Amino acid sequence: MRKNIGYIFVFSILLALKNQLNPIGGRLLTRKPIVSIVSAGLSKFGKRRGLFGRELFVEATSEAFEKCPNLDPRKDIKAAFIGMMSESLEHQGHTGPTVLDWAGLLPIQAFRTEGACGSSATAIRCGIFAIRSGLADIVLVGGVEKMTHRNTADVTEYLAMACDFPFEQWNGLTFPGLFAMVATAHMHKYSTTEEQMALVAVKNHHHGALNPKAHMQKEVPLEKAMSSRVIAWPLKLYDCSLITDGASCLVLSKPELARKFTDTPVHIIGSGQASDTIGLYERKEFTSLKAGRLAAQEAYKMAGVEASTIDVAEVHDCFTIAEILAYEDLGFCKPGEGGPFIEEGQSHIGGSVAVCTSGGLKAKGHPVGATGTAQAYEIYLQLTGQAGKRQVKGAEIGLTHNVGGLGATGVVNIYSRE
Amino acid sequence: MNFAKFGKISYVAETKLQEFEKHLETGKVMGTRCKSCGQTYFPPRADCNCLKGDIEWIELSGKCKLMTFSTLYFAPASFRYEVPYTLGVAQFEEGPAVLAPFSKEIKENEIKVGMSLRLVPTELIGGRMIYELRKADS
Repeated sequence: MRKNIGYIFVFSILLALKNQLNPIGGRLLTRKPIVSIVSAGLSKFGKRRGLFGRELFVEATSEAFEKCPNLDPRKDIKAAFIGMMSESLEHQGHTGPTVLDWAGLLPIQAFRTEGACGSSATAIRCGIFAIRSGLADIVLVGGVEKMTHRNTADVTEYLAMACDFPFEQWNGLTFPGLFAMVATAHMHKYSTTEEQMALVAVKNHHHGALNPKAHMQKEVPLEKAMSSRVIAWPLKLYDCSLITDGASCLVLSKPELARKFTDTPVHIIGSGQASDTIGLYERKEFTSLKAGRLAAQEAYKMAGVEASTIDVAEVHDCFTIAEILAYEDLGFCKPGEGGPFIEEGQSHIGGSVAVCTSGGLKAKGHPVGATGTAQAYEIYLQLTGQAGKRQVKGAEIGLTHNVGGLGATGVVNIYSRE
Repeated sequence: MNFAKFGKISYVAETKLQEFEKHLETGKVMGTRCKSCGQTYFPPRADCNCLKGDIEWIELSGKCKLMTFSTLYFAPASFRYEVPYTLGVAQFEEGPAVLAPFSKEIKENEIKVGMSLRLVPTELIGGRMIYELRKADS
């Protein structure tokens, strides 16, 4: 009898441990924190003349550390994961130690993560892996990209490195061109209109006008968006996100330690990532980004929440059509209904889910390597009630959706306030 | 040197697929097929996703249907003197799809999703080899 009780005791302990230490992907983690955000920082986004990328990164880390006085960065942080897409822009490789040195964080181990425009979302993923592995209790994740010192044709060429080199780049394909072809396919299949796409721009510029750190802080009326010059038909200037300088970071901790550093932690409760073909021509479907869709399914399952539970989301609106795809891939609406979804105002603040309250890549700007953690920064502000004029009242559950290239990388994270 | 002439521009000339360029020069659109699982690849691949079989070269008819397209008015630095140009993705009768530029013989207002086209190897001035989308009866 006594022996049996012993077994039951040991079994209970093991079960409790399993609940606590459940590997990523387990069902038992429903709405349970995987890791916690204890602080976050974001540089001003824009044309930041007179600054190195690494100096932008210092702006982001300075904010995060000032907001978290109980954190002794050099002592407490055990690893750093920094997203950056292109060493061509500043002709600087070896990003990890470089930016860490300027942020005063040597000799912390540093890793650069690269997933094109999803680079720093993969940094968040690496931070989750590091903490969940037990090798690090507190990590810094972030991203940086300095872009505007290069002319637009060069930046377009560097960004195009995220598509297939022999069979896409060598034909002169660009990212506006790729997403334009996605838009053409979506218009053909679902009768989505250029005006519906332009409405995404109008909404995100409206949000950008409320964000003091956004690159562009002014309204863009529908007529202006519709009549702007064609970049890659059917996409016009205002369908495209901005070439921007910026940096962002988060301090992540093991959930059990979060209260040591802040009274208002935001927890990541679900996380997913997937890969897809580099080339558009190799896809079976052009009207959905499968890696983002799979990442969302994984994240929803882990978090134990549904699309309808999300209060606020930052999605990858590198082009307006990409936001329409995101509504569908994330399950905010059915496939093909993304156009009517924006038309009905469902993704506005006050709609069924507030999307891109920061202004998104469209208006806040898209310093590609910094975008993933910048999206998480906005959700952190929203869930801690610090989003000012663009605050979504009572926001409890948030989501970020960051894709690299034409969705060859897709990352989705789900967040909850305490 | 192999694969050095393929594409309007190129950065890397080395691949296991060097034959592809020679086939284009003789006017053939060649893909590869896996001897083990039968998967057809175009553009060709030297290693099948099934990781089992050898691949063999097969000739494609070139006949294809347009799946999507865009006309680019802003180009990367290397293509700045070519704008505007139209690129499309077309699916071959044999299954795989290709991204390719449209021949100038097709006017922009004639381009419609679903139209029948033909992929034709084309030599550019200076000897570079590309392929382009032309009218189905060309």
